[in-house]
Amino acid sequence: MIAELGNYALALSLAISLLLAVLPLWGAEKGNPQLMSLARPMTYGLFVSLSVAFAALFYLFAVNDFSVQYVVNNSNTSLPIAYRLSAVWGSHEGSLLLWIWLLTLWSAAVALFSKHLPQEAVARVLGIMGIITIGFLIFVLFTSNPFARTFPDFPVDGRELNPLLQDVGLIFHPPLLYMGYVGFSVAFAFSIATLMTGKLDTAWARWSRPWTMAAWIFLTLGIVLGSWWAYYELGWGGWWFWDPVENASLMPWLAGTALLHSLAVTEKRAAFKAWTVLLAILAFSLCLLGTFLVRSGILVSVHAFASDPTRGLYILAYLVVVIGGSLVLYAYKGSQIRSRDNYQRYSRESLLLLNNILLMTALAVVLLGTLLPLVHKQLGLGSISVGAPFFNQMFMLIMIPFAFLLGIGPLVKWRRDQVSAIRKPVLISLAVMLILGIFLPHFLHDQITVSAALGVMMAVFIVMLAGYELQQRATHRSGFFRGVGKLSRSHWGMLFAHLGVAMTVWGIAFSQNYSIERDVRMNVGDSVQIAGYEFKFQGISDANGPNYLGGKAQVEVFKNGKPETTLYAEKRFYTVSKMSMTEAAIDWGFSRDLYVALGESLGNGAWALRLYYKPFIRWIWLGGLFMAFGGLLCMLDRRYRFAALLNKGANANHHPGTSHE
Amino acid sequence: MNPRRKSRLSIIVFVLLGVAVAATLVLYALRQNIDLFYTPSEVIYGKNDDASTKPQVGQRIRIGGMVVAGTVQRDADSLKVKFDLNDIGPSVSVEYEGILPDLFREGQGIVAQGVLVQPTVLQASEVLAKHDENYVPPELDAQMQKVHKPMGVSDLKGESERDRQQIHTQEGQQ
Repeated sequence: MIAELGNYALALSLAISLLLAVLPLWGAEKGNPQLMSLARPMTYGLFVSLSVAFAALFYLFAVNDFSVQYVVNNSNTSLPIAYRLSAVWGSHEGSLLLWIWLLTLWSAAVALFSKHLPQEAVARVLGIMGIITIGFLIFVLFTSNPFARTFPDFPVDGRELNPLLQDVGLIFHPPLLYMGYVGFSVAFAFSIATLMTGKLDTAWARWSRPWTMAAWIFLTLGIVLGSWWAYYELGWGGWWFWDPVENASLMPWLAGTALLHSLAVTEKRAAFKAWTVLLAILAFSLCLLGTFLVRSGILVSVHAFASDPTRGLYILAYLVVVIGGSLVLYAYKGSQIRSRDNYQRYSRESLLLLNNILLMTALAVVLLGTLLPLVHKQLGLGSISVGAPFFNQMFMLIMIPFAFLLGIGPLVKWRRDQVSAIRKPVLISLAVMLILGIFLPHFLHDQITVSAALGVMMAVFIVMLAGYELQQRATHRSGFFRGVGKLSRSHWGMLFAHLGVAMTVWGIAFSQNYSIERDVRMNVGDSVQIAGYEFKFQGISDANGPNYLGGKAQVEVFKNGKPETTLYAEKRFYTVSKMSMTEAAIDWGFSRDLYVALGESLGNGAWALRLYYKPFIRWIWLGGLFMAFGGLLCMLDRRYRFAALLNKGANANHHPGTSHE
Repeated sequence: MNPRRKSRLSIIVFVLLGVAVAATLVLYALRQNIDLFYTPSEVIYGKNDDASTKPQVGQRIRIGGMVVAGTVQRDADSLKVKFDLNDIGPSVSVEYEGILPDLFREGQGIVAQGVLVQPTVLQASEVLAKHDENYVPPELDAQMQKVHKPMGVSDLKGESERDRQQIHTQEGQQ
């Protein structure tokens, strides 16, 4: 009954989104205010109707309705309730539903917070988001319906959620990541709407900038959380594998970062307009491409998808329509966009252009490395894989000029500037950076590698010039402390985000170069020395859970003979899915992580253990959090009146219908 | 040439140079980091039975195959392990030192990456199990499906299994 309700709500949503895609756009074209005014109520209706479908799926999981195929595949009577609920997006059908629901959530948010926009713009933007929704709803309804029944022979119990996903990180990771992916649809819709009218003024950049920022924040958090999850849950101690699925999320992030910087130029200087529009289209296209790569599985697993090529084909077709359509529109209308490019060669604009070029290069590298195996195979040249060293080398090369630009960029004036203006601070920073770059790795780890020294240099350079910039800006008109208090939120946001980059670079430099990873064979009572820490294996005890059998290894860690911590690494065997899982034990530290994972039993009481020492690895994610926080500050800057709008929007929400313009 | 054109020309030359340098670097890095994939039969007979495509001793490759039952040998004092891999034909040996992935077992499809030290012996630097069988060719897949089903992991269409792999390929690659 509830499943039918969900299915009905999906069908209803499709009907509403069809209307939403046609009527407001038609009204905007014809200048018909009645049709345009339909955009908001229909968007809210769509959101409510999809929320019903989404809630229905939650309910089905909560009560373990095994007459629904999707529940059977991902739930089980012994699965704890929290994981039953997160199993809603544990697999293909449900995660697509989550995708669409978030899309309508963004649409509803746009409808709610766009009271200050002209009616025509709102009608167009919401209409375009309606078009995007249609494509995904058709996909869900016809190829991957989560409400499909198993009648007449429904099973007594289900399979269960993949043990890897039974983790708190995975409860939040997909929604955050999808919020980011889907959020770029707003920037996309704004761009397409502007292309349709051909009127691209700075107001457009001002409207779409906070939305882009919001999407970027979610994407950043989603990637950070995913990387962190991979680190502690997979039992390998790695945080990034250059796997196609990870690359699929990194590509929109790179495009989105470029878009944010290019939007800044468009908003402040009315330049780069056409390029910004193209970037917005690109960012969303890459989100769709990511969905295609992950959902169709052509890169992940050749065999699994032979059985159901329709899904992959459908997304591919959708991709072609959306990307192709928007590029055609761009080709047709893009030439009407006029920018005011009156800046000199050495100016903030030029440096931001270089930033965009470098980000695009990085994007091209990831795209090449991700798609090459696919192309290679389709051309009949055999299967290949592109190794992680390729990405690592290329990213290091790109990061060097990028870090340099990041350091000096905020110091250079818009429009035109003199190189001599910042010669002194840059030279001092370079000198300090050279000294610290060689001294710090030596001091902290007794040895120097080129990449560690480079990483430290980049981080030091960025931090020093950020500090100089802050001091300059603050003492521009008044004393330092008064000046600091007067800085705008978006300025602080930029500072935090840039410092976040330095932290991430620092974390990567140390953890990649100075991690010690040892796989050892240990009997009870054995101990192993790693980086000044003594790991002592104290034995295994039982640790069973609701749906798994498990063992727990106790490892005591000593430093200089004094007890530092005790770690409990687990090995679990999930009885329903018959999968083994490693739960690593990690001692969190500001400057280092100690990591113990349990391998297999080697007989005679001996066990294989994985012992890691990972310096500064937390900084990688901490830097990501800084970037996201910086983004949040920028979004809440006074000039967007976003904070005020949030309040107003909340009020308007309580009295629907009173404030329709 | 007026100054404006001159300045444009210099920008264009600069951009072209940049692109050329970038492309060269990318191609160079790619050449060193592409690992060709072979099945055990292809290691022995070459691709499509063309002996000239056999991998050379000393070459970095990936081999994907099934762990032959009863061939897994562990060293008594270290983490060294040796096992055979096959597909539909003969088998090759893999030597590895370290902890095998959670899902490694006999009869399981795995991918081993490493250097070919003898014509039929691979010194593996990493062994990837199940959820990362990205590059397993379809012929091998048929074999793997036969082995998986009796173990009770697959569902009717193999769908849930397949979806799990997609979301979580972050798995494995190390």
